[in-house]
Amino acid sequence: MKYMLMFISDDSNWDPSKPETQEAYKRVGEWFGEHTQSGKITGGEELKGTNTATTVRQRNGKITVTDGPFTEAKEAIGGYALVDVKDLDEAIAMAKAWPVLSTIEIRPLVEHPE
Amino acid sequence: MAGPQHHRDPAARRAPGVRAEALERVFREEAGRLTAALVRSLGDWDLAEELVQDALVAALEHWPRDGIPDNPGAWLMTTARRKGIDRLRREAGYREKLALLQEEPMPTAATHQDERLELIFACCHPALPRESQIALTLRSVLGLTTAEIARAFVTPEATIAQRLVRAKRKIADAGIPMRVPTALELPDRLAEILGVLYLMFNEGYVGSASPERRDLAEDARWLAQLIVQLMPDEPEAVGLLALMTLQLARAAARFSADGRLVLLQDQDRSRWDSRAIREAIGLVERAGQMRRPGPYQLQAAIAACHAEARTWNETDWTQIFMLYEGLARMTGSSVVRLNRAIALSHVGGPARALAEVDEMADELDRYHLYHATRAALLRELGHADDARESDRRALALTENPAERALLMERIGE
Repeated sequence: MKYMLMFISDDSNWDPSKPETQEAYKRVGEWFGEHTQSGKITGGEELKGTNTATTVRQRNGKITVTDGPFTEAKEAIGGYALVDVKDLDEAIAMAKAWPVLSTIEIRPLVEHPE
Repeated sequence: MAGPQHHRDPAARRAPGVRAEALERVFREEAGRLTAALVRSLGDWDLAEELVQDALVAALEHWPRDGIPDNPGAWLMTTARRKGIDRLRREAGYREKLALLQEEPMPTAATHQDERLELIFACCHPALPRESQIALTLRSVLGLTTAEIARAFVTPEATIAQRLVRAKRKIADAGIPMRVPTALELPDRLAEILGVLYLMFNEGYVGSASPERRDLAEDARWLAQLIVQLMPDEPEAVGLLALMTLQLARAAARFSADGRLVLLQDQDRSRWDSRAIREAIGLVERAGQMRRPGPYQLQAAIAACHAEARTWNETDWTQIFMLYEGLARMTGSSVVRLNRAIALSHVGGPARALAEVDEMADELDRYHLYHATRAALLRELGHADDARESDRRALALTENPAERALLMERIGE
């Protein structure tokens, strides 16, 4: 089954110049490397911080464009991985091994017939 | 739910006499096996359960008249398959599943292995909400009808039906597997199952002796026994089984003839089931030999201490205090610390115990037994007015009729 793992965290402390951050990048790289090699990962990206976010809302026939993420929450999606595994347990095991302190939401993908 | 709703006549299952009990036993033993085998081969949880219910209904029609067959599992499997084929012929769009049912190798009772463990792991998957885990376990593993589950929880049948539908949809949509987790995941996942069973047990045990309600405590104990049978090397499972066995062994003495709650210190100990107590103490020892202590084993050891005392005065409070000490360190739970303080009052006097209890005021202010415990300690220390005030706080926080009656008696209302 195909799932998206969404990595959610508070990105306000995320500073790429700090050595801890570089260490974290290294471990994330290893995680992606390991699971890509075993064929479980089909895609994934890191997102820039929420300070770069722009939100477009379509409501009652009106469209507004505003600065910032779609919710006020402190935590936001910072990246994702698309995985293709046997079942939810495998996806959970991957999420548990994610090397950076985060909340991870796992959602199955809707698989449309060709 | 896909397909029509089916209800077995509850009166038939509760009919008095040996035959009803024998049926009950066979249903419990076979329903889970049958569900597991059908879920596995059909890949459709809804359909599998419908067929199990159909087969059980057929058994209720035939067995009381013809007797229980020698191999009830095979009879039920054959019937479920035949019912399934009938049902699928009537419904369009089920061709593939019809083929699955008619195709070999389809599990027959003789060849299909016991997959109830896999089934339980799926029912108690942490990706399902706790109340659905319980409902689904009762339905799939024990074969209870939706109506029976609703009665047990004093919840509308529609609510339970909806819970079950949502749970089964989540299993299918999110890809929750029916398998025993890897060694790495096993401790957490087993703890989840034991948590479900303990909650189920308490629902029945605290829910008191209403004859209208199904005895979930007995069902939970049966399931714990099944887990122990299927995973004999898991000491916490053995500990939970021991704990349940001990609590049930004392159940008969918990209520007076007029339905009032009788506290441990006032119970007629001759009404305790001494054979069950011996069996449970054997389980506590067996778990202890595995040298992997855990909260259920400690709770069982505490219950065993109480069960072994011939009178309230002979209770080994020093031992109980030490066990609570270990349990408090292991769980950090404030309710456990409250119980440790009660043990302390017997070892070190009520004043020291009260001092400890008062430290928990912030965490336990909404817990009725916190106030009831304070009241008992205050009364022992001669502060009758403060004690009554605490009992009033306790009364305001519980809706359990038996507990309320006891508190009102204490307050003198």
